[in-house]
Amino acid sequence: MEHHSHEPQVIVLPPNKEKIKKLWTVAGILGAITALEFIVAFNMEHGAMKTSIFVVMTIIKAAYIVGEFMHLKYESKVLLWSILIPLAFVIWMLVALVYEGMKIVRF
Amino acid sequence: MSQSTATAITSPEKNEWDGGVSPMGVSYGKLMMWFFLLSDAFTFSGLLITYGLVRSSHHAYTGSPSDFIFSTEYWPIPEKVFDAVPFLHGVELPLVFVGFMTFVLIMSSVTMVLAVEAGHRMDRKAVEKWMLWTILGGLTFLSCQAWEWTHFIVGLESPTLVKDFVNGEWITKEVFGASLVINQYGPADFADFFFFITGFHGFHVFSGVLFNFLIYYNAVTGVYERRGHYEMVEKVGLYWHFVDLVWVFVFTFFYLV
Repeated sequence: MEHHSHEPQVIVLPPNKEKIKKLWTVAGILGAITALEFIVAFNMEHGAMKTSIFVVMTIIKAAYIVGEFMHLKYESKVLLWSILIPLAFVIWMLVALVYEGMKIVRF
Repeated sequence: MSQSTATAITSPEKNEWDGGVSPMGVSYGKLMMWFFLLSDAFTFSGLLITYGLVRSSHHAYTGSPSDFIFSTEYWPIPEKVFDAVPFLHGVELPLVFVGFMTFVLIMSSVTMVLAVEAGHRMDRKAVEKWMLWTILGGLTFLSCQAWEWTHFIVGLESPTLVKDFVNGEWITKEVFGASLVINQYGPADFADFFFFITGFHGFHVFSGVLFNFLIYYNAVTGVYERRGHYEMVEKVGLYWHFVDLVWVFVFTFFYLV
């Protein structure tokens, strides 16, 4: 029987062990930071210090997800900055509005 | 074989300045996905920033966390609200369930990126396997969220006394659970933001599961094999990682802070 000519010839490459190992390492880091967040959540007084620690940890996690999983670290620098620079507006607006919120008087 | 996402269009008539090269070194679809995600990031930022504004305008609870009781007078401590776990009725396990949900979403992000890796190698079987795991992760997350919403809406064993304006006069009444108008955990804004932020994110997860299923279906039917590349897995993968990314922020700013 002749082979089906409409089925393409596909060359399957073996798994890239190094790359897969790196992905699991990133997953491990994300899990470890989340575990650390839990430890901080139940062993620290509420306050500016605690919030700052959470913000820093969140940004580290975000950097790993965007940089490694979404591969942005390895894309061209123009693309990287086209995505990152507009997000500066978010930081500005967050700081401005949270500050303004504290000035709203409630009775 | 990341060349499967090759972007340079090699045509003799077209040089760099005639559209011969794809801008920013990525294909049209991936570039547009990135810009969509940027705009979506602004939408979620809008929600979270408004949450910050409204929360900081309310009184904060100043007493000791161990003496905390629910009241509409101040913003609740999130870990006191989200301390229930399915099948463990009456056991206080603050943030454990939401921690599990975070774990599920991160794991499904990992299986997604493994599907992308398999796509680069044209390994159809592996793409199918990892896409199925990703879909399962998404469905698990959605089920957890459904349970969490139900618990939040139905409420606790004992009610909270809430002042409400009814027929022109202030009355005090017992309130169980939450609606958009009134809730037993704190100011009405608290429940409103819970429904809007986790709801908007949950809807993204739901759409993501549908996209993931479409990708899985196309992989199974050999669409990408015939096309010669699995770039669609990458594009939907970007979206799926973004959903995970948003959850990282929601988790911090809604549940932890």
